[in-house]
This record gives sequence, C-alpha cells and structure tokens, in this order.
Amino acid sequence: MMQWLPENVSTFGAEIDSLFYLIYYITAVVFVLVTVLMVLFLVMYRDTGARRATYSHGNTTLEIIWTIIPAAILIVLSFMSVNTWAKVKRHAPESDFEIAVAAKQFNWEVSYAGPDGKLGTDDDVKFDNDIHVPVNKPIRVQLSSKDVIHSFFLPSFRLKQDAVPGRTILVWFEATKTGKYELPCAELCGFGHSGMKGWLYVHTPDEYKKWADETLAPKPQ
Amino acid sequence: MSDTAAAHPAQAHHQELGFIRTYIFSLDHKMIGRQFLFQGLFMIVVGALLAMLVRWQLAWPETPVPGLGFISEPYIYPGPNGGGIIPPQTYNALFTMHATIMIFFVVMPIMIGTFGNFLIPLMIGAGDMAFPKLNMLSFWVAFVSGIVMLSSFFVPGGPAAGGWTSYATLSARAQYTGVDLGQNLWIIALLINGVSSLMGAINYITTIVNMRAPGMHYFRMPLTVWSLFITAVLLLLALPVLTAALAMLLFDRVAGTSFFLPEGGGEPLLWQHMFWFFGHPEVYILVLPAMGVTSDLLSTFSRKPVFGYHAMAFSMIAIAFLSWVVWGHHMFISGMNPLLGTAFMMTTMVIAIPSAIKVFNWLGTLWGGTIRLTVPMLFALGFVSNFLIGGLSGIFMASTPVDIFIHDTYYIVAHFHYVVAGIVFALFAAVYYWFPKMFGRMMNTGLGKIHFVLTYIFFNGAFFPMHFLGVAGHMRRIYNPTQYEFLQPMQHWNVFITVSALLLGASQIFFVVNFFWSLFAGKKAEQNPWQANTLEWTAPTPPPHGNFLTQPIVYRGAYEYSSPEVKEDWLPQDKNLGASAATRAH
Repeated sequence: MMQWLPENVSTFGAEIDSLFYLIYYITAVVFVLVTVLMVLFLVMYRDTGARRATYSHGNTTLEIIWTIIPAAILIVLSFMSVNTWAKVKRHAPESDFEIAVAAKQFNWEVSYAGPDGKLGTDDDVKFDNDIHVPVNKPIRVQLSSKDVIHSFFLPSFRLKQDAVPGRTILVWFEATKTGKYELPCAELCGFGHSGMKGWLYVHTPDEYKKWADETLAPKPQ
Repeated sequence: MSDTAAAHPAQAHHQELGFIRTYIFSLDHKMIGRQFLFQGLFMIVVGALLAMLVRWQLAWPETPVPGLGFISEPYIYPGPNGGGIIPPQTYNALFTMHATIMIFFVVMPIMIGTFGNFLIPLMIGAGDMAFPKLNMLSFWVAFVSGIVMLSSFFVPGGPAAGGWTSYATLSARAQYTGVDLGQNLWIIALLINGVSSLMGAINYITTIVNMRAPGMHYFRMPLTVWSLFITAVLLLLALPVLTAALAMLLFDRVAGTSFFLPEGGGEPLLWQHMFWFFGHPEVYILVLPAMGVTSDLLSTFSRKPVFGYHAMAFSMIAIAFLSWVVWGHHMFISGMNPLLGTAFMMTTMVIAIPSAIKVFNWLGTLWGGTIRLTVPMLFALGFVSNFLIGGLSGIFMASTPVDIFIHDTYYIVAHFHYVVAGIVFALFAAVYYWFPKMFGRMMNTGLGKIHFVLTYIFFNGAFFPMHFLGVAGHMRRIYNPTQYEFLQPMQHWNVFITVSALLLGASQIFFVVNFFWSLFAGKKAEQNPWQANTLEWTAPTPPPHGNFLTQPIVYRGAYEYSSPEVKEDWLPQDKNLGASAATRAH
C-alpha cells in the first residue's frame, strides 16, 4: 500500500513518512493478529453439537493486559509525533525568502516582494498558480484566503494547511530536490474546487536567480 | 419503578384501534420503530443512488450516466442515448446529500429510531416508552424533516453543495456555492431533525431510568440497551450545540449576522469548533448502538456470556466521556493553534483504548464458544471486521504529522466509511435478528447468506482501495481526479472502486427481495427462534400493544449462555430457578 506514497522532496517529509510507516506496521500486525484469531475461532469453535461452550464471563488479567499494551503503544506514538508536528507547524525557520499566497475561488494568487523588498505593498509581483523557489532553502509562505476556506496542499512535501479568510497563516517548507510539483486545493471551496491547482517549480539556486532577475526585476518605467 | 410497566399489559386486550391509530399516528413503540425502519430503508435507497452517481463520475469523469438525461440543464447535461453528464455543481450536491442522508436519515433513524424504540421497552421489560405521545411526535417530526430535506432537490439552484460539514464561509453566503434556498432547507431540515432526536433521547433516558422491570439492575441490562442509553445521553448533550450552530449559520445567510464571516467580525473556525463539538460525539452516537447490538449477537450465537461485560459497559461510558474532548482532531490543519493540535492528538489516542478493548472482548466472546453462523451472526462478524479496519486506520490520522498528509484525502474517506458505512453490517444484523419479533416471520436464510457474502466482498472492494488513493494523496470531494497529473496513475483504482460500489448496490437486491417476501410469506416465527436470553423473546410474537402478558421479573444478567445451572445452553433473564438459584446467579 505504501508504495503509492508520492516521492518525498521536503526536509521534514521523511520524518512524517517514518511515522506513517511505523503506524502502518503496528496496525498491520494488529490487523493480521485479530483477523487470524477471529477466523481461527470461527473454525475451531463452530457449533458441531458435540460440545458445550465454555462458561466464562471474562478474565481480568487478560483484559488488563490488552488495555495496557495498546495504551502504551498509543501514548508512545503521541510523544513520537509531538516533535515532528512542532517542527512543521510551530517552528518555522527564519529565512529571507518569503512570499504570500492568497487563495480565492479558484486560484492561488502568488505574490513576491517588488523592488522595495516588502510583501503586501503596491509593487508586489503577482502570479496566478505558479510558485518558483530555489532548492535547499527554507521558504516562508504567508497564506490567506479572500473568500472561502481553501487548503494549500503539496503532496510531495507532506504539507497541507488550510487558508482561512480573515487571517494569515505562516507556512514553511524546504525542497530537497528540483522539479515541478503539483499544488492542489484540498478543501472543498465551491463548484470549481476540482481543478483548482497550481505548480511549484523548484530550481537550482542559479536557475532561480535567472528566473527572478527576468521576472521579478523592476520593469523599466 | 414497575408501576407503569405493570399497568400496561392490561391494555393488550381492551381496545381495538382503527387503521390510522394503529399504523399512522400510533403510540405503540413497536409501530413507531417500524415507521422509522421504513423511512430509513427508503432513505438508504436515495442515499445509495446518490453515492453511485458520485462513483460514476469519479471512475469515468464527465461521461454520460445511462438514464440520467431526463433531468434538465443546468443540473445535468444531456448525453447520447438518454444519458446525462454530471456537472461539478451537481457533483458537489450529490456527495453533500449522500452524506447528510446516510448519517441523519439512515443510520440514526434505523439504529436509534428503529431499534431504540423497538428494543428498549421490550429488553427492559416495560409495556411501552415513558412518553408514548412524545414518541409519536418524534417520528412525525423526523418525517417532516425528511420531507424538507428531500424537497431541497426540487428548488431552484438545487440542494446544498457545501459538503455535509458545510464549512463556513462557503456555506454562509449563497454566492460562494451558488446554492441559496437549497442550503437554507438543508439547515432547516437538520434543525427539525434535531428536535426529533432530542425528543427520542429524552424518552429513551426516562424509560431506561424509570421503567426497568423488577430485578433489571443497570448491570443486568443487555449491552444493546446500555449502548442506546449512552447514545441518548450523547444526543441530549450534543444536539443543542448543533442546533445553535445551524441557527447561527441560517442567520448569517438570511439576516446578515456574520457569526462566521470575517468581513463582519465573525470567525470561520467557530463553525468548525461547534460543528465538530457535536460532530465527534455524533460519530459515537452512530457507532455505539452498532457495538451494543454486535456484543449481544456475538454472545447469543457463540452460546457464551459476553467476555468482560463490565469492561464492555464501562468502555462505552469512557467513550461517551472522551468523545467530548476529541473534536479538535478534525481541525489539525484548519489553522487552529498547533498547540491545541498536540492536546487533541493526546485525547484522540486515549479514546482509541476503549475501542481496542471492545474488539479484544469480542474476540474473547468467540473464544471457546459453540458458534452458530446464522445470518445475523455473519453480519455482526462483518461489523467487527470493518470496525477493526476503521479503528486501526483512525490511528494514522490521530498522529498530527501523518494527518498533515492524509487529511482531506481518500484515506479519511476510507476510514469513516469503514466505521460509519460499516455500521450498516450491524444494521443488517439487527434487522435479520429482530425481524421475527418485529413482523412475526423469519427471513430466508439462504438469501441472507448470499446477501452477506456479496455485501462483504463488494464493501471491501469499494472501500479498501480508498486507502491506496489516500496514500497517493487523492483529495476528497474533487470532481475529476484526472485533472491532476500525480493522480493519473491511480485512476484504475477509482474504476475498481466504482465497479465494486455498483455491485455492492446491486447485491442489496437480495435483501430487498428477502425483506418484502418474508414480510408476507416468510416462515412463521416461534417466540424465541434464536434461543436468546433477553426479555424481548419472552413476549409473544409479534408482541401486542403493552408487550408482555405478565410483568417479567428479572433474575439474572442477559448473557447466561451455557450456564452449568441448566441443561439447555441458554437461560432467559426472567426464568425462575427457585430461591436458592436466584441468589446464586448474577
């Protein structure tokens, strides 16, 4: 099943994937164990008319064991999840690369700082649905929405964040590989939800500089 | 405690009611239960057909659906040979209404409305519900709400299309979805439906607290009754929150109040908090009765006491308490403070423990039994198998980092169908099991087994591969998966799922035929065809108005199967073994 996971190209994605795999293995073992026992019991204990069922109301020791073991596993899993979660959602690294993405029905409106070097000013350079970033550099995204809730989803980066009208949410990622990655909207946002998508282009630093010089440089007056 | 219950049997032979009082405005809990059943069975057909259309679109996007061409534009676009193409707006309405109908008009009316009504008085040894008139009103209010919900299909703009979760701001302004009246009717129908459920909940709680037969201590109640009791408490506490949220949403839409709209000072996440504060207990409202029924059936057909009865009851109580503090796990990536995400992850992991206990105790119940693979038993086992998968897949999304990836993907769709659509197995188990008591006739075993095998295979064929789509990142609620390059290699799974879903739908023919054939021509049922212990089987078949000919007196718990005290392998709750035996037995 896990072979269908898209290739991970973000710095934190590997940690998320290892948790994903860990839970997959644990649940697979439990699934097989319970299913095998169930089928075994159905075969072994089917009513043949020759035997009377065991008259038992339970077994406290067994019940304590199968309460404590799952509890321990689940608690350990929570604690293992805490750091990765904090890394992705709480501790965005400092970076001089910051862009803004405003979602609207049914586009991602991407803004780069203009010549004044500041986002949110009149000279911002805007694109619909295309984001260009350099590889191996933390990218900070000021995510907002102009109408309904959308969700910024980069499957290859294991990154998803809702864009909520009325607030700006900081999202970050760092690409580990150059390429072109799909950026769908993951939250139902109206009749055009399906097909609301953009592309994230991850360039080498040189290519990125070339693109930025050509595209973001101030236009001659 | 027994006054009311004892007074009722007299009614059994003192009045002949007319057609209207017997079949339409009936005060008899059993008739009201049957009314809920027929409403639910009608709605399950509607809900399933909507799902088939959703699946068609996902497997073969924008190709004409055979026979759909009769619907006019812009809802359906005409294709060749009378076919019709589903446009995106209609697609959104289809999945919105599919979920709404299945949750509020199928699972709730059948598991709670039907079996709550039919079983609670019979299983606790009472003559009827505490408030028969309120009970009748509860059904008719639910009926009106169903009519209002269905009427939204016929209004300009079509029915609600904002998802069954109707997230604001999408749902709060008509311009965002293009649906005006349809969404308002959706809100109004759910408001009315909430009133019905509230009346039912009050009735169930009052009945269970006050009208148990002499000797029916709380810890002698069958787990079905326990589950319905806890469900009723959850309904009573959760519904007012939904009602408040729905009222606020309606005001936002028609009066410009901006509770959820930031441009007027509102907060979109407030809707999600309120919706899921109701919505997560709601999941347990749906699944607890299924767990109760399953526990009873596994014990009856293993001819063995439920393994760890007290643990089973207490784990349901634990689930009931914990269900109030896990709602935030629906909102990990909503923009809610990430610290809250961590807290909700912890509570969510904890609520998995009582669910695990239940599965292990079901296994324990099977162990050492003499298992009879009757049709209801097969469906109960099917529920366990589905709940196992649905429970385990829930652990993935409980882990906040993993949820970042799988949230809003088909992994979630797979998960909640294994849990909530899996309830349909318990629903079928309950129908096959109590049909004899409800209608006085047995359902056909052969047809029932064919129904089970096909349903089990195609259910898994339809829902298991959704996990694969989720792992690949396939988003929920998208109209056309082939629009995405990264999903194109997975499209064959969409086709596989749709074919399975269509076959799953077609397999239900065996149920429909069996149900209606048995209703009129099934073998006459004995009083206790399954040799079960609980009180409903001591009443005549079908039970008269007032249920019991004499007031049952309860001497023991519901699970004394294969007890050494008697020769048979069952020992009914009301069987008097004499004074010495009664004190020994628990």
